[in-house]
Amino acid sequence: MDLNTVTALARPRSRAELPPPEAGDAFVAGGTWLFSEPQRQLRRLVDLSGFDWAPLKADDTGLTLAATCTVATLDGFEAPAAWRAAPLIGQCCRAFLASFKIWNMATVGGNICMSLPAGPMTSLTTALEGTCHIWTADGGERQLPVVEFVRGPLDNALRPGEVLRAITLPARTLRRRAAFRRASLFPLGRSGVLLIGTHDAAPEAAQAFTLTITAATVRPVQFTFPALPPAAELAAYVAALPDALYYDDAHGRPDWRRHMTQLFAAEIHTELAEGRP
Amino acid sequence: MSFLVNGETFTASPRPGQCLRTFLRDLGWFGVKKGCDAGDCGACTVHVDGRPVHSCLFPAYRAEGHAVTTIEGLAGADGLHPMQQAFMDAQGFQCGFCTAGMVMTAASLDQAQRRDLPAALKGNLCRCTGYRAIADAIAGIRHVEPNGGCGHNAPAPAAADIVTGRARFTMDVAPEGALSGLLHMKLLHAPLASARIVSMDTTAARAVPGVVAVLTAADAPEHLYSSARHHHPTDDVDDTRVLDTVVRFAGQRIAAVVAETEAAAEDARDRIEVIYEPLPAVFDPEAAMMPGAPQVHDKGGASRIANAARNIVAEVHGHVGDVGQGFSDAEVLHEGTYETQRVQHAHLETHGAIGWRGADGRLNLRSSTQTPFLTRDALATLFDLPREQVRVFCERVGGGFGGKQEMITEDIVALAVLKTGRPVKLEFTRPEQFSASTTRHPMRVRVKLGARRDGHLTAMEMHVVSDTGAYGNHAGGVLFHGANECLALYRCANKKVDGYAVYTNNPPSGAFRGYGLSQTIFAVESAMDELGRALGIDPFALRRLNVIRPGDPMVAYDEHPHDVEYGSYGLDRCLDHVETVLSADAEPAPEGWLVGSGMAAAMIDTIPPRGHQSHAALRLLANGTYELKVGTAEFGNGTTTVHLQIAATVLNTTPDRIRIRQSDTDHVAHDTGAYGSTGTVVAGLATQRAAEALSETMLAAAAARRGMSADQCRLEGDAVLCGDTRLPLTELAPLGLAAQGRADGSPRSIAFNVQGFRVAVHPSTGEIRILRSIHAADAGVVVNPMQCRGQVEGGVAQALGAALCERSVVDAEGRIANPTFRGYHIPAFADVPRTEVFFAETTDRIGPLGAKSMSESPYNPVAPALANAIHDATGVRLTATPFVADRLYRAVMDAAAQQRPAPNPSTCP
Repeated sequence: MDLNTVTALARPRSRAELPPPEAGDAFVAGGTWLFSEPQRQLRRLVDLSGFDWAPLKADDTGLTLAATCTVATLDGFEAPAAWRAAPLIGQCCRAFLASFKIWNMATVGGNICMSLPAGPMTSLTTALEGTCHIWTADGGERQLPVVEFVRGPLDNALRPGEVLRAITLPARTLRRRAAFRRASLFPLGRSGVLLIGTHDAAPEAAQAFTLTITAATVRPVQFTFPALPPAAELAAYVAALPDALYYDDAHGRPDWRRHMTQLFAAEIHTELAEGRP
Repeated sequence: MSFLVNGETFTASPRPGQCLRTFLRDLGWFGVKKGCDAGDCGACTVHVDGRPVHSCLFPAYRAEGHAVTTIEGLAGADGLHPMQQAFMDAQGFQCGFCTAGMVMTAASLDQAQRRDLPAALKGNLCRCTGYRAIADAIAGIRHVEPNGGCGHNAPAPAAADIVTGRARFTMDVAPEGALSGLLHMKLLHAPLASARIVSMDTTAARAVPGVVAVLTAADAPEHLYSSARHHHPTDDVDDTRVLDTVVRFAGQRIAAVVAETEAAAEDARDRIEVIYEPLPAVFDPEAAMMPGAPQVHDKGGASRIANAARNIVAEVHGHVGDVGQGFSDAEVLHEGTYETQRVQHAHLETHGAIGWRGADGRLNLRSSTQTPFLTRDALATLFDLPREQVRVFCERVGGGFGGKQEMITEDIVALAVLKTGRPVKLEFTRPEQFSASTTRHPMRVRVKLGARRDGHLTAMEMHVVSDTGAYGNHAGGVLFHGANECLALYRCANKKVDGYAVYTNNPPSGAFRGYGLSQTIFAVESAMDELGRALGIDPFALRRLNVIRPGDPMVAYDEHPHDVEYGSYGLDRCLDHVETVLSADAEPAPEGWLVGSGMAAAMIDTIPPRGHQSHAALRLLANGTYELKVGTAEFGNGTTTVHLQIAATVLNTTPDRIRIRQSDTDHVAHDTGAYGSTGTVVAGLATQRAAEALSETMLAAAAARRGMSADQCRLEGDAVLCGDTRLPLTELAPLGLAAQGRADGSPRSIAFNVQGFRVAVHPSTGEIRILRSIHAADAGVVVNPMQCRGQVEGGVAQALGAALCERSVVDAEGRIANPTFRGYHIPAFADVPRTEVFFAETTDRIGPLGAKSMSESPYNPVAPALANAIHDATGVRLTATPFVADRLYRAVMDAAAQQRPAPNPSTCP
């Protein structure tokens, strides 16, 4: 929709051209959320597309995603065969309520910055233990795990004038086996519950296991274990999550989200336990 | 900046915050529609460098230097794009408002995407079709039969305009000519559910550059009226002002800004300073009837409110026989309370109107309405104008479903035009649609049934509480209708109804497909299912024992004489068909899921009671073709096609030789409106009569010309056959032959619908899957099978939305908490199963050419049939819609735990 309070536009092509932050600024990556709701407080758009950041780069250390990498580009990425967790990329892209047309515009960084519980890029990058690389307002940089960056619905760790530059996903987690579970109240609807388990099952590896809960909870919840825990132990951890953590909106009652979270956690455990040495 | 759109270069400067959608429309590309303006519905889909995007989310400035293609640019120089042709061939649309975006999306799909349409089309919402016709279009299936007469799939005359984006919907006009200097209106809505406006300071608002007027209650007539439109204005209570000083729901409009631009209007709206005195509010209709509850309307008898002190807008009480005796005679009883929720029409074209004063001084309203004539009359009364000084018309309307049997934009636009003397446009946003228009009446219905052991009903009792919200539009009509056919369907000596339509501080309810019956039929048909289980009689057999048959009196709750007749009867065939299909279904159940089947029946009077008028005017043109003028509106119901087929059949010609003009108060004397499923049975009858009269006149003229008797002449295509000679119609044209037809909506007939489902329910997640959906309809002679099938499929899909997912959430403050499509989930492609549609072969002796109405009624049996199937599968009786996994899972798990025998390792599943 038209953002009629916006009267100025900045289209920097380099970091030096970034205008000093002002009240009423908004950064535009894909714009797919920004233009989807009234934003009466905004006065200026600062468009990040002019930086021309390379959308993604894969090497031995892992995968680097520019914040402006579109979902469509990410979905089209051909991962190295050794990255056994790579199917999570397609699964998380398909977890978007939005259609493939939106993927042509929506960005990985934009979705994470929205910090909505059902944000599937949050699910993906949290589950793979990704790191946010942030340009600070003073010209420096800082890093923060995605799981800490996303603090709650529409609440992230960015300070005024900061820009999410990139997200890195380590090869260590990309090489793991992964299990994905998602529930929505409607077929292909918005995620109400999304769980991802990753397990380092290679004989030479440390056997680490991570369970990440998104969509069901107001912010990502992650359990990491040095090795796959007994089913009962994992269930006890999940069962101990407080009610207040479960999200309550039109896309699922909190008690149902809790029920499905527990069910999926057990299924993921079973799936990843299979075939262990 | 330079933009390339459909191969043309434009030099223009979009505003910094402007989206591509409005930028393209400003350039005149009206094929780019607004359904939601939020990226959810896909109606605005265009291609940028060949890739489909939602133009409402695309920053306009980013299109610079890229090639933009809209629906208008999709066709090549050599004709239609194959996908446009495919949507014409399958008639993959009804109202056509979503079609441009649907075609633009479908045209971009690769083979892999075409194999998975639920995913590929998740970003395109259609509210009319139920998606089957769209799937057929993409699959290349052809349904239309060019120039088909009655009984054939004649294509909609607007088809080519719909698929190319040329069809003009309400907002698709440029600010030129009479609309030169068009002003934009934005409404200020109250944030509180109940308050008195102490003061309103508009000084800052008026100071915003570009603002032309700020309208408040001080500008509005004192006159009270109802937004509901009915043949008799006194059917509704007069409780509404154009702008009021008392706020009765959160979302009520309390001021309007008219400005040169939308931006200025919005800015000024935000600068209006209002001081409220909050008042107590009541949100539950039963609480609202209790002594001491806040009184929503303090109005006198002239408003016709049944009991303002108790917030009762209308009530119904009646009985036949003696229900007390009937329940004493019963050997089996069932009593239950069933609730339905607040749902919104969600037509893709939001409400909107454009008004101006003509050079002759007349007030013109171009509106998205189902009732141009009634709205014209209401505006004349409201503003004290002679009726002929007001003209209301619509071109194509982007869906209605009853929501546009209401005057909720024309009144305030007319006020602004009269105040400013300039053309004014108001277009609702999608959130306004959800929070400031109308919804279906939520109802709480208590049903008590008694039967003998042999299954015969001994008594039926129903107690209805309907939440009409803050205003009483349609409160009485919906209550009375809701109390009627659900009971009249059954032969039972003792019946009793008590019903109340009650004011609350919720958003107002209004007319919506089914008009009260879907709510009460959910209750009665669920209760019949329970009764059948208690009796051990299967649901089809129980219906056959008790439903009315030709000759039985049709009685709901009193014995007043009425004009409903057995014009035809196909219920028996509908029951037989659904039973046969369901019982023959031998598909194995998905492993680990609970499976069951269920059905429900519904009856509807084919026309609303107490008069529904239509006029049609037909004339022979100089070139030997015809012009047909009808009052009824086209909003996807397909009646335009049906009128052409009826006229063509009577005139023994082809539909392409008839040009239709419609829905304009300047065209014919009167038309009550396109509601109550009357477009075919009333307006179509007027067309049939006009055609018969013209035919007679032409034959008489031809006979006179040839010196023969009229019975030696007959019409054939473009000529009259007089004996052995052909007299071309062009030779009769100079006589200026014309005829009128009129229908007044009486007598009325009855139509039936039976829905069956086979479902699977997951025992530990509560997920529901529909394995089979069968719908049998008794529509009389089906004038256009393709279109009528579409009405049934669309009705079933819309009802599935209400049964499975839709719910307007009213928060503790009375505000709608989910006023967007991403929060209010209407069925998308993935949500709608294919419904097998069966038409009972009947011929009605009342409707035109034997036809009956079939647009509201398919909605009505869907929710109870689904609830009954879920009960069959799980043992859980769902008594409130919608049936959503997050409410269902616990009950299903508990029931499954009780029913499941202890695991026995020796048996295999």
